[in-house]
Amino acid sequence: MDEVVAVRRVVKRFGAFTALAGVSLTIGQKQFFTLLGPSGCGKTTLLRCIAGFEDLSEGTILLEGRDIAGLAPNLRPVNTVFQHYALFPHMTVAQNVAFGLKMQGMAPGPRLKRAGEMLELVHLSGFADRLPSQLSGGQQQRVALARALAPSPRVLLLDEPLSALDLKLRQAMRVELKQLQEETGITFVFVTHDQEEALTMSDRIAVMSAGEVRQIGSPREIYEAPVNRFVAGFIGETNLLPVRVASFAGGMARVVLPGGHQLTCPGAQTAPTGTPHVSIRPERMTLVPPGSGDLDASVERLIYLGTDLQVLARLADGTALHLRMQNSARATPPGAGSTIGVAIEEGAARLLAD
Amino acid sequence: MAGHAASGAAGTGYRGLTGPLLLPAWAMIGIFLLLPVLLMTLYSFLTKEFRGGVDWTFSLAAYDRFLLSRGLFGDEPPVLEWTYITIFWRSIWQAGLATLICLIVGFPTAWFIATRPLHSRALWLFMITVPYWVNLLIRTVSLRFLLRDQGPLNDLLIGTGLLDSPLRIINTNLAVQLGLFYSYLPFMVLPIYAAVERYNFALSEAAADLYASRWTTLREIVLPVVRPGIIAGCILVFVPSLGAFLAPDLLGGAKTYMIGSLIEEQFKGSQGNWPFGAAVSVILMTLVLIVLMVYARARGRAEVR
Repeated sequence: MDEVVAVRRVVKRFGAFTALAGVSLTIGQKQFFTLLGPSGCGKTTLLRCIAGFEDLSEGTILLEGRDIAGLAPNLRPVNTVFQHYALFPHMTVAQNVAFGLKMQGMAPGPRLKRAGEMLELVHLSGFADRLPSQLSGGQQQRVALARALAPSPRVLLLDEPLSALDLKLRQAMRVELKQLQEETGITFVFVTHDQEEALTMSDRIAVMSAGEVRQIGSPREIYEAPVNRFVAGFIGETNLLPVRVASFAGGMARVVLPGGHQLTCPGAQTAPTGTPHVSIRPERMTLVPPGSGDLDASVERLIYLGTDLQVLARLADGTALHLRMQNSARATPPGAGSTIGVAIEEGAARLLAD
Repeated sequence: MAGHAASGAAGTGYRGLTGPLLLPAWAMIGIFLLLPVLLMTLYSFLTKEFRGGVDWTFSLAAYDRFLLSRGLFGDEPPVLEWTYITIFWRSIWQAGLATLICLIVGFPTAWFIATRPLHSRALWLFMITVPYWVNLLIRTVSLRFLLRDQGPLNDLLIGTGLLDSPLRIINTNLAVQLGLFYSYLPFMVLPIYAAVERYNFALSEAAADLYASRWTTLREIVLPVVRPGIIAGCILVFVPSLGAFLAPDLLGGAKTYMIGSLIEEQFKGSQGNWPFGAAVSVILMTLVLIVLMVYARARGRAEVR
């Protein structure tokens, strides 16, 4: 693989607190790579390590094969879009965008021309002479983008750039960001805690928690083939059912569901540790007459969601289960307290590693 | 009342004081600000009374004395009088130098305090202000005792064998500079501290991220952004230094004679000249005002741009 960034066993400690506990990952050429995780998982710290704002406690970071761990931020060919933009308040929009080029020694003429092109790219052509304080949040965000892209960095780092925008703007910016990344062909490393953002924009996602990478894969792999309980639970909604493993070989397992029914399902490459669980997405299960499915459950509550009905049910052993049925005139929803059968789509259940 | 509140724009009803409530503010401004300035200006145009005080007849003699020389007996054609202009120039130079030294020392100090953890900042600021519990006069006199030829500083230098004979500091420019620096340093530190504390350090990270070295970041980002604090500090040090008379009087000599001392002398005993003292004050104040206005206009233009 054409790797641009290689993070090798990076450890970062702040006093007694370990923010990164040995992270390794590689980021490929022209990828939209997302670091996803809850706050405090170390994703921003990792980004700051790549940018050079934090020294590594252990490990190293390679940029196009070159060890950059000891380089000051101003010597790394990477640029950052900061969470709160960090635009220079005393400079005009054009001066902000041209700053990196000026520092690289580009003459005033060419750098202002390039700044103009970058502003055009982010649809802010008419705003070159404004001060950042005269722009809205979304416009400031675009200026920050243009400023970071202007010097054509090898890698663009984005630290939750959309989190300060309102929902509508955030959704529009997602599409724009993705487009910008494809147009410029620059590798993006994007930090977010928003799984929807991660799923819609990324080529690859690294899910992090407690300073560790829990899974790396495409959005589809992360969603449909989570390898552990953390990833299964963090991305989207899921049902975690305790199972007994009857046999396990080559990533395929024969498991016994609560209620005794057996199921063949794909799983992680390693045998599960602790109590084995399978993850099943609510939309991959269907309601069938009692006794004819893989599970029997009693309905506790129905929740109206507009397009869908959410069915909250409970298995005989007390495990909670939720599934969805389409809100359609053809399907009669089960009454609360009634017993239903649940059929699991083939391949929908995943045996998790922990 | 209700009608009045409703007629104002949103919010002003809670901000504005009306009627008799404004009286203290107006009294304060009138009695302590406008009246003294008017009196001083008035006195500068009166005739000098022989034993101090004034004679209530209009005269331009005070300004004439400041600007023009008519020879020893006042019968020669008038030429420009350099005595007082020289004193002014020396004062401006001294105050400027004191401001520069305060800036060079005060900026890193303010930066240091503003970058400490939140709970220790208060302690540092407190320590900066502690000397202010002692009156300026007492502090300046103490400085005189410390610096004199047989004072503790020279005792120490000679006692440790660093020097054979006492270092002459008192009655020199150096002593005046020390006095001004010591008197006004906090006025430099505090406004810069306030500006640096508000400074968003992500801006420095952004500059470093965009290939700026540490010095370039300081010059291109930090200094322009905290500039209002620096300018406020410079004004707060320069203006009182310009009119200072304690430090030049007590620590300096004839060669360090400054405007403050000149004015002070005009109001002391029967040798004084009240209209002249008032005129020098008016000229000093006008000068300061011009400097501030030039700055305010330059700043206004910068903000429009």
